[in-house]
Amino acid sequence: MSDLALAVRQIGYENRAFWRNPPAAFFTFVFPLLFMVIFNVLFGAEAAAFFTPAIIVFGVVTATYTNLAMTVTIARDDGILKRIRGTPLPGWAYLAGRIGHAVLIAFLLTVIVAAFGALVYGIDVPWSALPAVLLVLAVSAAAFSALGLALSGFIPNSDAAPAVVNATVLPVLFTSNVFIQMENAPAWLDTVSHLLPVRHFADAMLALYTSGADASLPWTELGVIALWGVIGVVAALRFFSWEPRR
Amino acid sequence: MRGIDLRVARGEVFALLGPNGAGKTTTVEILEGHRQRSGGDASVLGHDPGRNERALRQRVGIVLQQPGVDGYLTVREVVQMVAGYYPHPRDTDEVLALTGLSDQADRRVRKLSGGQKRRVDLAVALAGDPELLFLDEPTTGFDPSARRQAWETVRGLAALGKTVFLTTHFMDEAQALADRLAIIADGRVVATGTPDELIGSGSAATRIRFRLLPSVEVPGRFGAHRVASAWELETDTPTQSLHDLTAWSLETATDLADLEVTRPSLEDVYLQLTAEEAAE
Repeated sequence: MSDLALAVRQIGYENRAFWRNPPAAFFTFVFPLLFMVIFNVLFGAEAAAFFTPAIIVFGVVTATYTNLAMTVTIARDDGILKRIRGTPLPGWAYLAGRIGHAVLIAFLLTVIVAAFGALVYGIDVPWSALPAVLLVLAVSAAAFSALGLALSGFIPNSDAAPAVVNATVLPVLFTSNVFIQMENAPAWLDTVSHLLPVRHFADAMLALYTSGADASLPWTELGVIALWGVIGVVAALRFFSWEPRR
Repeated sequence: MRGIDLRVARGEVFALLGPNGAGKTTTVEILEGHRQRSGGDASVLGHDPGRNERALRQRVGIVLQQPGVDGYLTVREVVQMVAGYYPHPRDTDEVLALTGLSDQADRRVRKLSGGQKRRVDLAVALAGDPELLFLDEPTTGFDPSARRQAWETVRGLAALGKTVFLTTHFMDEAQALADRLAIIADGRVVATGTPDELIGSGSAATRIRFRLLPSVEVPGRFGAHRVASAWELETDTPTQSLHDLTAWSLETATDLADLEVTRPSLEDVYLQLTAEEAAE
């Protein structure tokens, strides 16, 4: 079997294991919808135009960054990564399987949130801008996956994973036009959030959702997200660990 | 580590024996490629394990101390998944039979008992039909019958011509399985050889033990001493000592009740060697 085929096969095993834990799978998909309903109740139905793309961003970041940082750290502490390291499977093929599965879940979540927004709140899916939407989603999913793997290198053990991951992602989500609109934010906070990738992902999705066919490709946003992706890859290569650290 | 000089031949079952903290896992992890050595040379099947080459990993199976398998997959799926990483894997059903997991094949790993999970570890290590197997404390935490089963499996591997390198802190395990073994303590080899050689080489003596009526004393020339209600003497010339002792017994019509002669066990040699090392 070629290495690429092994990587694809690994996605299959990850996927199978994922669906065998139905409560975990169920809440992975219901969690973002819960946020969407709550925000729409709190801020009124007109907010749905903002929150549909915003919750897509939340779903993608959760499915890739949060999920990979946590599950890979746990797999590392359980000795699963070390066990793989002792087999002929190339490390990249194993991680590609993990990332591939995370990206698959991210896309499924995107479809569910977009459908929910369209059916429940009447927010049209931006079909005319679909290629641009897919490009933004793909670049973001890749970048946040890389950042998630990189972060796991900084998490000392699996008990610390939820605390560390949430501490890095939640404040960013609150200040990146995802959970709260940034219109009235102080200038300095706006500047800071523009240095981070989530803000650009959220702004790009919002622009594509609101402008549809008129939207131009959000090159600046894509550039910043991709740059963070590169930082993630470099940091992962440097700090990622296959050995339990207990 | 302060000096480990070992050579393991093809087809041999080799045991690295030592107390906890002696450096067994460090040694085996260097050979597995999981850990970089700070000095010295190591060659595994002609490869330098420190370079983590795929060509070497294709020929080696590893059972770590810590299990490392996704609990949501079934036993069969896990073995098949790992078999796919190797160029010439062993048939999955054969692997399951060899490790006594045929009846658990379709159960999820997380539902298995601790001993069964340990066997999944072994099955995963065998999936690629390796020439060389590293087993790091393969039976720690097993109940006696599970240990016997695991031993049978290791003997089965030896019969298939596999080279087995195992670490253990159980003397009986090394004695039961190993063609050759090395005892290490505090990061260095204190003895190496076949189990019989090691038992013979130690200064631990053969022990003769018997009971006498309370009123009877053993003559001082035998060097015997009371141990609880029995007498014991240690000797390096058991035939001569036994001959003298039984001669005395017949002459004086003294019955040597419960007479028993015990060879030193590997355990005696081991305890003696590791105690010497600790004393230095």
